[in-house]
Amino acid sequence: MNSNSAAHLLKVEDVHKRYGREEVLRGVSFTMERADTKVIIGASGTGKSTLLRCINKLTDPDQGRVWLEDQEITGRRAPVNNIRSQMGFVFQDFNLFTHLPALDNVRIGPQRVKGIRRREATAVAQEALATVGLKEKAQSYPAQLSGGQQQRVAIARALAMSPKLMLFDEPTSALDPELIGEVLEVMIKLAKEGMTMLVVSHEMGFARTVADEIIFMEGGVILEQAPPESMFRNPQHKRTGEFLRKISDLYGESE
Amino acid sequence: MDMQLVFDWAWLPRLSEGLIVTMQLTGACLAGGAALGLLLSLARVYTRGPVYWLASAYVQFFRGTPLLVQLMIIHFGLPTVGIRFEPFISGVVAMGLNTAAYQAEYFRGAIQSVRSGQTLAARSLGMSPIQTVRYIVLPQALRLVIPPWSNELVYMLKYSSIVYMIGVSDLMGVGRTISARSFRFLELFIVVAMMYLAVVLILTFALRWLERRVHVPGLTTTGRRG
Repeated sequence: MNSNSAAHLLKVEDVHKRYGREEVLRGVSFTMERADTKVIIGASGTGKSTLLRCINKLTDPDQGRVWLEDQEITGRRAPVNNIRSQMGFVFQDFNLFTHLPALDNVRIGPQRVKGIRRREATAVAQEALATVGLKEKAQSYPAQLSGGQQQRVAIARALAMSPKLMLFDEPTSALDPELIGEVLEVMIKLAKEGMTMLVVSHEMGFARTVADEIIFMEGGVILEQAPPESMFRNPQHKRTGEFLRKISDLYGESE
Repeated sequence: MDMQLVFDWAWLPRLSEGLIVTMQLTGACLAGGAALGLLLSLARVYTRGPVYWLASAYVQFFRGTPLLVQLMIIHFGLPTVGIRFEPFISGVVAMGLNTAAYQAEYFRGAIQSVRSGQTLAARSLGMSPIQTVRYIVLPQALRLVIPPWSNELVYMLKYSSIVYMIGVSDLMGVGRTISARSFRFLELFIVVAMMYLAVVLILTFALRWLERRVHVPGLTTTGRRG
């Protein structure tokens, strides 16, 4: 029982996190299987981003456990850097390395963390850039790229590590509306190719296209978890229905 | 006749020797100060507790007391407890310890202006804290530190002139010696000043060239985004 014996790709068990007096996460548990795409929604301040950061331990959970396959990242002597390198993380504000051209941004992970030889790491990085459609921007510095292009490089940087799971923290929230599409397109492509993805986002078009499940969070817990269509058609909680109507008004239902 | 008011070229070889001593002294203290300053800045940014407090106390002490007093303590004070240096070494030690405190502050500012999100991104790739500092933080901080560091270089080159007081034959020391014998104070010290100025200008331009050469679009302390 205290293990990931059923070998889920990801198992999150009773995660709690408190900042000062406020308990941001109040016991969150769920699992993901290989090639799953799950989208987490919920009002701001309900702990979505904190949950994502607890999963790869960028934030230390106060309580609870997280497994990636059979490795427990929350274990006392867990090789955190190693487990983290198997999970990609895409940030809301890209966080590309300012001093490196796109190619080097993507290559530095395989080269320095995995210790792959430079030439092979370059090939891996070029392939990842090609996946996000930015092969021709390999030599551009982040400041020379648009927000959408920067976020695609950030996705390529995570991809180049061949992660078992990718975590997306509101990947389109910092983008101008006309740049959101190119990022979502890449994410949809990844999902369809079988990448396991956990995405905090209110892009309902994306959720309806590729999500296996939507996780609705409220007050630091998962209130409801269901496939998109059944959640839209038949929400189990009043709050879920209200929230879905609200973001549908805000974001529209367009693809 | 002593009315010859032009510069006596026969002084030049000795002044040049003095200038070389000045440059060696400045170079040695800057290099040592950079190494120590970098460690102090890392301690001030990345540690807490005793290490942080020690580094902070160091910086406060050396920035809060006159360089000349520090030099006197090291050259004339330490021998009373059995620690004795050659004048040149005393100069390097005093100036190196002093500039380390200032350089620590420049490094600290540069390190802290590297956006924290990049540190998170590096950790999310699986980099250790040390890898993150080495591959992400320092390459940016070292570029950002060039302008304040050039100022420090100019200061140290000029302040090194105080070591003539403990008997080092640097440019200032040689100038004093010659002037005391020839009584040509005005001409001689103008020439000494010009020699300091020439080196300062050359080094300033060299560092500006370096700054442009390692420039990266979007990497500035003032124009940072997000």
